[in-house]
Amino acid sequence: MTSVTAAPSSKRSPAGLSAGARLARAPWGLFLAIAFAVLLVVAVVAPQLLTTHLPTTIDYGAALQPPSWAHPFGTDESGRDLYTRVVWGARDSLTIGVGAAAVSIGLALILGTLAALGVRPVAVVIDRFVEILFAFPALLLALLLIAIAGPSAATQVLAVGIGTAPGYARMIRGQILGARNSGYVEAATALGHSRWRIVRAHILPNALRPLVAVFALSIGQSIVWASSLSFLGLGVAPPASEWGALLDAGRAYLTTAWWLVVIPGLVIVAVALAATTIGRHIQTRLERGERS
Amino acid sequence: MTRISPSSPAPSELRAPAGVEAAAGGAAVLSTVRPRRGRAVALTLLKKAGAAVVVLWGAATVAFFAQLALPGDRATTILNIRAGQVQLRTPAELEQIRAQYGLTRPVILQYIDYLRGLIAGDFGTSYQQYRPVTAIIGEQLGSTVTLSLTAIALAWVIMVVWVTLTAGRGPRVGALGSTVDVVTAGLPAYWLGIILLLVFGLGLRWFPIISGSSPNGIVLPALTLAIPLAGFMAQSVRTEFERSLDQPFVLSARMRGMGEWGIRLRHVLRHAVIPAVTLSGWALGATLSGAVIVESIFSRPGIGSVLVTAVNSQDLPVVTGIVTLVAVVYVAANLIVDVVYTVIDPRLELS
Repeated sequence: MTSVTAAPSSKRSPAGLSAGARLARAPWGLFLAIAFAVLLVVAVVAPQLLTTHLPTTIDYGAALQPPSWAHPFGTDESGRDLYTRVVWGARDSLTIGVGAAAVSIGLALILGTLAALGVRPVAVVIDRFVEILFAFPALLLALLLIAIAGPSAATQVLAVGIGTAPGYARMIRGQILGARNSGYVEAATALGHSRWRIVRAHILPNALRPLVAVFALSIGQSIVWASSLSFLGLGVAPPASEWGALLDAGRAYLTTAWWLVVIPGLVIVAVALAATTIGRHIQTRLERGERS
Repeated sequence: MTRISPSSPAPSELRAPAGVEAAAGGAAVLSTVRPRRGRAVALTLLKKAGAAVVVLWGAATVAFFAQLALPGDRATTILNIRAGQVQLRTPAELEQIRAQYGLTRPVILQYIDYLRGLIAGDFGTSYQQYRPVTAIIGEQLGSTVTLSLTAIALAWVIMVVWVTLTAGRGPRVGALGSTVDVVTAGLPAYWLGIILLLVFGLGLRWFPIISGSSPNGIVLPALTLAIPLAGFMAQSVRTEFERSLDQPFVLSARMRGMGEWGIRLRHVLRHAVIPAVTLSGWALGATLSGAVIVESIFSRPGIGSVLVTAVNSQDLPVVTGIVTLVAVVYVAANLIVDVVYTVIDPRLELS
């Protein structure tokens, strides 16, 4: 939700950018975000490189230990190393997050483009449809889909993707309409270029360039939404070490073992922040390029 | 980059402050200068109301078809949800359920009945609790609305104090301020809630861990919703605040000898909070859906916890009832914001 509403305002005026621009301009912030992203990619591709244990190794002798040198993130009720579980859980969490972001942006692209450029009746109907879906807050739309299809990883990807799509669809429609009303399109029309050529060569490239940044932002958002669903017990089931599921499992030990909830949560926050920082940086770069 | 240079392009026709500045004289404009304005306002309001009705009808339609989309035979599903187990049903059992829920009738008639029921305030009957959905929602709604409104009020207080203290105070303070805005706006409710619970509930013991419905228990849940909301609103308010600080009326106030705090509180703030007012419809929707998570963390009664239980047991009438209700509230709140803008915006004229 954050990124959806933030993006149009930053387009409207240079000042709207300031919050993100400041964050993006601090080089240490960007550097940290990129380093963290690289670490995450390693965790997804080859988690064994970052860990010495296995996420399923049970050791009841070491149950519920607070963070220490041997177990930097502590251990859970079965003595499993939380650091290992978090690293191995990256694959589930990021697959769901990236998948949901892809579903969301893909769907938004189709709906937004049709609503902006479709033939008159189609465009109006799609536009209304997007408005109707937008009336449901993302989390509630996702919950509605889960109620129908039952909780699973696939439902989670679709639910988060569809839940967040209406906001992006609106944004894309706005971008395309903005490009269509611009001077260069007017010039191309005056030169006698065909409608299709104008759409392909001028409107779409200009309207959709910001999507690179939006995609990065939406990955962060999707991971947060998806883990919210797991946290409610409506996503991936607990044996998996997806981060939201770790949180849900850790809630039972909140009074005795704070690290089981605080640390996976901190990792999710860090991922979301990294995605936001990288996304905003791309956004700033793109807009600076447009202006010069 | 803390202050926007005067040369930066400021498309004034797009910004709210110009409209609000003139709104003070709006009454005079209404009655004397433009006789066509009344009609223009009425027409715009009618259009907006019409669009809102279309959206609500669409939302109800989505809710109705969501109930049909439940996989498998509906009567069997309803019986299984009631019993809490999957088993084979006799035709007699199924027949009774089909008759009770009107499942034998053509879909189009069911749809019309559903819409008619919604207008009359009937959201259907819960599969699991044998009770009308309105009764189930009704007894939990008060708690959630209280939480939601408390959270919005708290968010406003936090946002106004934070922005007034940090906006336009030089690059360092400004950077700190906006970084905090961005970070808090992105905090997931479940994590923030648990941190607050650990620190203020378990650690300091200032507030109860299980909030229940005690007055003291609302503080942590409301804060959990308010902090990200405050960060989100602060992002746009800060931009507007810093822009307003460079406006001529600030300069003239300074020349009259007004102090920094007077300027910030009496002049700049009034302009700067406009974007946050625009967001209030959205904020209501966000806090109502955020309540789903917060009520779960703090074991607080409300429609959020009812919703999670209903999603778990696939009790679709309850799920669609709550989701539709929130959509209605969201659309209505946005319509009100829109109407207020249309009425106070002096630029509107029939073209």
